[in-house]
Amino acid sequence: MMDLVLRFLVGGVIVSFFAILGDIFHPKSFAGLFAGAPSVALATLGIAFATHGPGYVAVEGRSMLLGAGGLFVYCRLCLWLLMSRNWPAMAATLVSIPAWLMVSLGLWWLLFCGASP
Amino acid sequence: MRVGIRLSALKNTRWKEGGIRFLFGGVMTVATGLVAKEWGPAVGGLFLAFPAIFPATATLLESHERRKKELAGQKGVRRARTAAAIDAAGASLGAVGLGVFGALIWELSGHQPPVLVLVAATSAWLGVSGFLWILRRHARPHRQSQTREPDPTHAGKR
Repeated sequence: MMDLVLRFLVGGVIVSFFAILGDIFHPKSFAGLFAGAPSVALATLGIAFATHGPGYVAVEGRSMLLGAGGLFVYCRLCLWLLMSRNWPAMAATLVSIPAWLMVSLGLWWLLFCGASP
Repeated sequence: MRVGIRLSALKNTRWKEGGIRFLFGGVMTVATGLVAKEWGPAVGGLFLAFPAIFPATATLLESHERRKKELAGQKGVRRARTAAAIDAAGASLGAVGLGVFGALIWELSGHQPPVLVLVAATSAWLGVSGFLWILRRHARPHRQSQTREPDPTHAGKR
């Protein structure tokens, strides 16, 4: 239970920190970089180093590389829905989440499951 | 337009909005840990790149921009969505940097002290994302002039 509370607090603080950076920097296109910041990753990997060791962290880092591919597709889809389809931000960002899931899991399956006999 | 810091922007952020971000961040970090515990680090690692705060950030940004315009007696829906879209474009560059972050974590873990690994990967994320942002600014000046960003220093005064 204490582990979950610690995770919640550390994650909340780091995500808020990057969100504040995104608020104070301008122009907005630069501030947007902080929406793709490794905020949850820093909190999770910091704890994982302490509890599971570097081998576990390395595996998470490798998968994160694929998740980042999903995030890129997600962001471009949001951009298209907002600019070309004039969707509200909440709808565009929520509807695009399955795209992140499909790309991330698809890449993971292709590279790590599809290749195995 | 040069990169700068505008601390006055913090005045526009309400406590409730800050609380939502904290909650999102905390819940996502707990959820990522639970996924890794249930399905292992290979699946859990994917969720380290989950768009955890982007929906909240983009929605708040859209609402701020719209409110500014409405205070000035104008309709700001289109402009507010453009601001959220610009944020998304920046986030897509951040996502590329995030991939480099993950690759460095993968390569350096076990070979370097944990603190150094995290600092090096975070620096690489910032360096790669910032470099791509600069490249994009220089590569597409015409298109940027067509879709000018809302000016943060004057938007609320009009």
